[in-house]
Amino acid sequence: MSILVIAEHDNASIKGATLNTIAAAKAIGGDIDVLVAGAACGGAAEEAAKIEGVAKVISADNAAYEHQLAENVALLIAEVGKGYSHILAPATTNGKNTLPRAAALLDVQPISDIISVESADTFKRPVYAGNVIATVQSTDAIKVLTVRTTAFDAVAAEGGSASVESIDSAQNAGVSEFVGEELAKSDRPELTAANIIISGGRGMQNGENFEMLYKIADKLGAAVGASRAAVDAGFVPNDMQVGQTGKIVAPDLYIAVGISGAIQHLAGMKDSKVIVAINKDEDAPIFQVADYGLVADLFEAVPELDAAL
Amino acid sequence: MKILVAVKRVVDYNVKVRAKSDGTDVDIANVKMSINPFCEIAVEEAVRLKEKGVATEVIAVSMGPKQAQEQIRTALALGADRGILVESDEDLQPLAISKMLKALVEKESPDLVILGKQAIDADNNQTGQMLGALTGMPQGTFASEVNVEEGTVQVTREIDGGLQTVKLNTPAIITTDLRLNEPRYASLPNIMKAKKKPMETLSPADLGVDVAARVKTLSVEPPAERQAGIKVADVAELVEKLKNDAKVI
Repeated sequence: MSILVIAEHDNASIKGATLNTIAAAKAIGGDIDVLVAGAACGGAAEEAAKIEGVAKVISADNAAYEHQLAENVALLIAEVGKGYSHILAPATTNGKNTLPRAAALLDVQPISDIISVESADTFKRPVYAGNVIATVQSTDAIKVLTVRTTAFDAVAAEGGSASVESIDSAQNAGVSEFVGEELAKSDRPELTAANIIISGGRGMQNGENFEMLYKIADKLGAAVGASRAAVDAGFVPNDMQVGQTGKIVAPDLYIAVGISGAIQHLAGMKDSKVIVAINKDEDAPIFQVADYGLVADLFEAVPELDAAL
Repeated sequence: MKILVAVKRVVDYNVKVRAKSDGTDVDIANVKMSINPFCEIAVEEAVRLKEKGVATEVIAVSMGPKQAQEQIRTALALGADRGILVESDEDLQPLAISKMLKALVEKESPDLVILGKQAIDADNNQTGQMLGALTGMPQGTFASEVNVEEGTVQVTREIDGGLQTVKLNTPAIITTDLRLNEPRYASLPNIMKAKKKPMETLSPADLGVDVAARVKTLSVEPPAERQAGIKVADVAELVEKLKNDAKVI
């Protein structure tokens, strides 16, 4: 078997999600090549070559791939990937944007969000917001998979010595262009990479009150998340959303503040190692998954917690 | 401009779906079915473009069992002009769906195709992207803002860590994220009017598409249950437990 992993990177360096995806590739077994598609992406390609277990890095360095436009990158993945038995990408917004497009070019039905590898063609994945785990088998010649990164422990970023092969590819579909991006600037860790997350829900009442959570996050080195209710109410931006349709997280400690625990939210955080819930409604469903529940008014408990840390 | 909107019939988002005890399938007999929430946002966006005078016709299409007519009627009640049902009782997977949508795109020549970013049953998040591949159309996935210009559409996308804006040549595909809009409620007069709007029924064979499933579901099971823990009396006890028992801070 030969596996192609699509690297998640920012041209200068490899992102952590790539390491979890390579772990899933190792569980399948076989030679693992990594495709780094970008522009001036030599830094990322060099880092990819050092990752444990990588046989070869394929670097496609071209302006067409600078911003990961799906129209262009999918053409590249289909071109490079057609000789492999498996093509894997992390289930990040980028992987979800690009990989299904590449799969359709190969006439393959992809499998999204795998959480375990049962055999080379059989995988487990959550459906219905994680209320059901399905075991599914692909009958396509090439298996195209996105990987839920929280379900696979990252491989070591160092220790490998793969070769880097540059390919001369400039797949430019010419139908889309990058205009700009606004990325949240934060010194806090990214939600999907954080060891501790503190999240607020509708109970926070407004965006200003999230300051209380930011203060605690800074003391704990934590990331700050939110429920869909808090996002819908306009308290915080959508990229903070944890849940079925937002980020899937599994930190060591997840502190849910003023979150009732709708199934859509639980779907995004119930694999966290330790869950704390602070809510004044003792019947809130969040307490059914919490290791430590505190029935209290968050506007009293959160400042107390801040003072106690 | 003409807009094609895809809508999916799914288990209502308030229903907690469970695996059958024999592990063969999910138990969805007699549960409430609704239009997928992201598809509802797609319909709303198309109807708003029509109300602004940007779009001239909105066509709602669904693929699934006969009862998916109900979800097309919902879309018509929200303001779509006509419906197309591709009727099939098969397990329709995104590759087959996108092939059928491609056939309808060729038939109808829409300038925009708007879909939900994912359906809340299978949680695949694939169909819009795959339709893009098959038609060669560009895609603005996970859209939180859409601005139609002459010959192009500018789409702001929800990505990890923030927002990205792309400019796409039309015809183009858009998949909706939560914040794109807040769908309206259908008024009773509009629900009545929707009953009279035209709806065409086709079969996958009419569109020349083989819908055989490529991915087989072998079994389903409930997720590992998490045991509820303990209630702590106050913040001091919580901090003590986190430090000494859980050792996470």
